[in-house]
Amino acid sequence: MLCSPGDTSRTPRHLISAADLTRDDAVLILDTAEEMARVADRPIKKLPTLRGRTVVNLFFEDSTRTRISFEAAAKRLSADVINFSAKGSSVSKGESLKDTALTLEAMGADAVVIRHGSSGAPYRLATSGWIDGAVVNAGDGTHEHPTQALLDAFTIRRRLVGADAGLGKDLEGRRVTIVGDVLHSRVARSNVHLLTTLGAEVTLVAPPTLVPVGVEGWPCEVSYSLDEVLPASDAVMMLRVQRERMNAAYFPTEREYSRRYGLDGLRMAKMPEHAVVMHPGPMNRGMEITAEVADSGRCTAVEQVANGVSIRMAVLYLLLGGSETALPSAAARTEENK
Amino acid sequence: MDAQHDHPGNAARPVLEAPDIARVLTRIAHEIVERAKGADDVVLLGIPTRGVFLARRVAAKLEEITGRAVPVGSLDITMYRDDLRMRPARALARTDIPGDGVEGRLVVLVDDVLFSGRTIRAALDALGDIGRPRAVQLAVLVDRGHRELPIRADYVGKNLPTSLRETVKVQLAEEDGRDAVLLGVKRTAPAGER
Repeated sequence: MLCSPGDTSRTPRHLISAADLTRDDAVLILDTAEEMARVADRPIKKLPTLRGRTVVNLFFEDSTRTRISFEAAAKRLSADVINFSAKGSSVSKGESLKDTALTLEAMGADAVVIRHGSSGAPYRLATSGWIDGAVVNAGDGTHEHPTQALLDAFTIRRRLVGADAGLGKDLEGRRVTIVGDVLHSRVARSNVHLLTTLGAEVTLVAPPTLVPVGVEGWPCEVSYSLDEVLPASDAVMMLRVQRERMNAAYFPTEREYSRRYGLDGLRMAKMPEHAVVMHPGPMNRGMEITAEVADSGRCTAVEQVANGVSIRMAVLYLLLGGSETALPSAAARTEENK
Repeated sequence: MDAQHDHPGNAARPVLEAPDIARVLTRIAHEIVERAKGADDVVLLGIPTRGVFLARRVAAKLEEITGRAVPVGSLDITMYRDDLRMRPARALARTDIPGDGVEGRLVVLVDDVLFSGRTIRAALDALGDIGRPRAVQLAVLVDRGHRELPIRADYVGKNLPTSLRETVKVQLAEEDGRDAVLLGVKRTAPAGER
């Protein structure tokens, strides 16, 4: 299927959902990111690969961290970057997604990195035919955040298997525990799909009120007790408690949440020696994670930021670097669901 | 990198066999020592895939000759190619620069086949982003001609005048199970397209 009717020369190339990626696609992205990471160690951190291409960061929701990460990735590949934030733009005057998309198309955007508060907005953009370029989902509502899941998987593989030894490998048999606000977390959803595709066993740990309806259909286990799961975890991913999305009382007090689901030094001691603690940031220190854990050598939060740039470079290269995407299955599945 | 796959229907004729390849690599190693007056500051960088194996073999021969280990690495040029937009995005190969880097050294790029010269142009760009060598030289197993850029090799294993209808394929034991340089005929276009 095609991006736009009448144009038979282009292959669709998008990254909308981690569930669209096959194991081979995911491993290709991780391996490519490993090469990209080496660019960061060089005196000249720049490649000419996407020279002359334009990447638009279309952010309807504030996210400095993700935007900067995509911006750094695109700039390291020599692409031109346009940052578009909805605040103060015509969107606040009532412009629709379609009109914004048509404007970007007219400006010649080769890729649109979109962050939107509504689940499904990137999918709509990719399949509507409004634009010809690649669409990369940088977080939509409570749905998905595929590049975050990829950078998490990359971090786990680097820490547990090794940077060089990990090339070509997946996460077969590794046990990953995701703790906290699963209900509001697109990071958790993308991670469950991707980590399972890569062969890992995923366990979600959350208060029953923060477990989404329909979780039985997800390829993972669910537990309500963090202490029981910790000794059998290779990686523990702490999610941020998203106070801004909490419009109802999901748990009695922050103190109680912190005591049952927060990670402190004592709990960390129950984890196996090699296990790592992950956090997508920004961290609520003292809430889901204590400063002691956050600052320990086992916490990968800062590494995850650096790895994010490498992963996004890899994704932009594989989607835009050639005449066709190197991730055909992801593109095909997005079209299939149309 | 410029070698092309021959079509299974067309029998490819070997122009170099394993002993010939070993001999020309020995000669290239001697030429490098002679021109560099020893191999004190030489760094060999192979261009993936087969250039890397050739670079390692030349490095081993240089060590035999000079008694000193010569740093050897690989330089992937995929992201510097000028035809990226014309082909599907491809997987990246490995870039490994020896620990001491290339700054102020004599870098010898090693590849299997020298053809249009575009791979070497990309390699020079890639090298420029890594450091500033004292000088850069080029060693190739086969020079088949048809240059599209003003580039020539300093060390050539075999000059092989070819027509554009021919293909040159290099096989190396590390990757293909045997050593050979094969000259074949390019698959001709189907009748309807001719």
